[in-house]
Amino acid sequence: MTPAPEPRPDLLRVEAVCKRFGGLSALEDVSLAVREGEIYGLIGPNGAGKTTLFNCMTGLYDLTQGRILFQGADLARRKPHEIVALGFARTFQNIRLFANMTALENVMVGRHPRSRAGVLGAVLRGPRTRTEERDIRDRAKALMQFVGLTRRGDTLASHLSYGDQRRLEIARALATEPRLLALDEPVAGMNPSERRQMSELFLRLRDTGITLLLIEHDVKLVMGLCDRVAVLDHGRRIAEGTPVEVRRDPAVVEAYLGVEAA
Amino acid sequence: MVARLLTPLNRYFRARPWLAFALLAVFLAVLPFIVGAGFGRGWVRVLDFVLLYIILAIGLNIVVGYAGLLDLGYIAFYALGAYLFAWLGSPHFGLHLPFWVILPLGALLAGLFGVLLGAPTLRLRGDYLAIVTLGFGEIIRIFLNNLNAPVNITNGPQGINLIDPIRLGDFSLGSTQAVFGITLYSPYLYYYLFLAFTLATVFIAMRLQDSRIGRAWAAIREDEVAAAAMGVNTRNVKLLAFAMGAMFGGVAGGLFASFQGFISPESFHLLESIMILCMIVLGGMGHIPGVILGAVLLTVLPEALRHLGDWQRAWLGEVVVDPSDLRMLLFGFALVLMMIYRPAGLIPSRQRKRELAAEDGVAEQEQASLYDTRA
Repeated sequence: MTPAPEPRPDLLRVEAVCKRFGGLSALEDVSLAVREGEIYGLIGPNGAGKTTLFNCMTGLYDLTQGRILFQGADLARRKPHEIVALGFARTFQNIRLFANMTALENVMVGRHPRSRAGVLGAVLRGPRTRTEERDIRDRAKALMQFVGLTRRGDTLASHLSYGDQRRLEIARALATEPRLLALDEPVAGMNPSERRQMSELFLRLRDTGITLLLIEHDVKLVMGLCDRVAVLDHGRRIAEGTPVEVRRDPAVVEAYLGVEAA
Repeated sequence: MVARLLTPLNRYFRARPWLAFALLAVFLAVLPFIVGAGFGRGWVRVLDFVLLYIILAIGLNIVVGYAGLLDLGYIAFYALGAYLFAWLGSPHFGLHLPFWVILPLGALLAGLFGVLLGAPTLRLRGDYLAIVTLGFGEIIRIFLNNLNAPVNITNGPQGINLIDPIRLGDFSLGSTQAVFGITLYSPYLYYYLFLAFTLATVFIAMRLQDSRIGRAWAAIREDEVAAAAMGVNTRNVKLLAFAMGAMFGGVAGGLFASFQGFISPESFHLLESIMILCMIVLGGMGHIPGVILGAVLLTVLPEALRHLGDWQRAWLGEVVVDPSDLRMLLFGFALVLMMIYRPAGLIPSRQRKRELAAEDGVAEQEQASLYDTRA
């Protein structure tokens, strides 16, 4: 917990992070800060290092240098499941659902870090386990409803449409009760009306008090939705600020928005 | 055709579960007598082995079917349970502990070795894991084969003899007993003991599958990275799968040792591991009724095919093809047919069935959604 003096404390701080794969430098001295309660956008061209940064944050990669703080706690050497337990959940760019489980079961897995039953509990199924199971199921159903998949609970995840799979991934991540939800290109491959529905979902999420960290290619969507934005290019953070500030930043215009702004 | 006959029956019993349970209980209770009267007492022994293999198959199913970890060395845990029983309950070391001490110890020992096997293989999957576990199984067997010098621990290839039967007070399952005026031979007595263990195994496996732990196993089977991202401690949950599976193997091993009275490394060959894996695959991976059916078929069929020699002698006057060769040939043939016509197993789980049946439908749906996104 950060006893921060400012009204909106930093939930996530990335401090001078470097990540190298052998000789290849994927992230160079990247720093940024996500504040409690905002929608924070991370944009940049292909290969800029956005997903690499995500993987560093969520424990899939070790950092070469620098540190990442979540609610003041250093995430270095923490395993992905520990980071989720701290309240930092994510989705994946290439959807990674549990394909042969039903949609509802997928979300129920997300309750894992917030439930306790072990082998003995599972075998004996005493009152506490039964209550817990009922709670897991009820919450999973409520989340399915929240993302708009009310009637798809018994469908296998792999049988859902593409857009529904994206929604299911969000519901599953929400089941872990995150304070910060990181979404890796959540509207990639969606048509305009699906995109609108998703942006509306993000706003509803922010209203429930969840901070969102968004990787997105769609600059228009990011600029319209995000409170603040960081721009990555060739592994460096070239700008951070409100969408208006970033849009005016000459480095951004040159590196990324050049075509778009012209 | 069969399905048409079974559907009304199925519906009838679904509406009356207690009746189905009662009938099943009566059936299981009188089964050894039916088998004994119909086929001879030797077949009651086969029936006992069927139950042991059901325990083994359900145990391995936890590792392979639930958690998706391909384990080809499973028989090693069976061996450990069996040898522990032999060490603690035979003249070999002069120890004669009661079975209710040895069996839990056997489960613990096997579970411990399950973790020992699991720990170094945490990063491996699929084929690679299969190779390491196969090696593990062989290492255990070779140790058992050679640990007779300088200190005689396992008595080497001769194995350990005169293992205590399961005994409670003066009531020994190893000898003929009269219960309520009914004369029960040893295999009959063991049948009821093994039945109790089998039912417990089924119960535990079903409860585990439908729980937080079972979902975590399934999640790891489906996508380990995503499972970790959902807060599943993949290391612990995998080790738990190895340990749980191994414990069932250890208990079955102990039961086997006391039932047989004699064990040697011969009984714990790689082929046994593969056989148990085949039971799971044949019956329907991850689905308990399927696994049970697989275990029944693959234990009974080889025994039945043993009689091929007798039939040949009766009809042809001499044994033309050695039945044991033919047995394996037919066995392999059956498995190939299975993979072609019922790849999900004889009684596939609900999910596996949908998964395989709906493949065409999914392809179409994927096409459609791709098309949608371009709009």
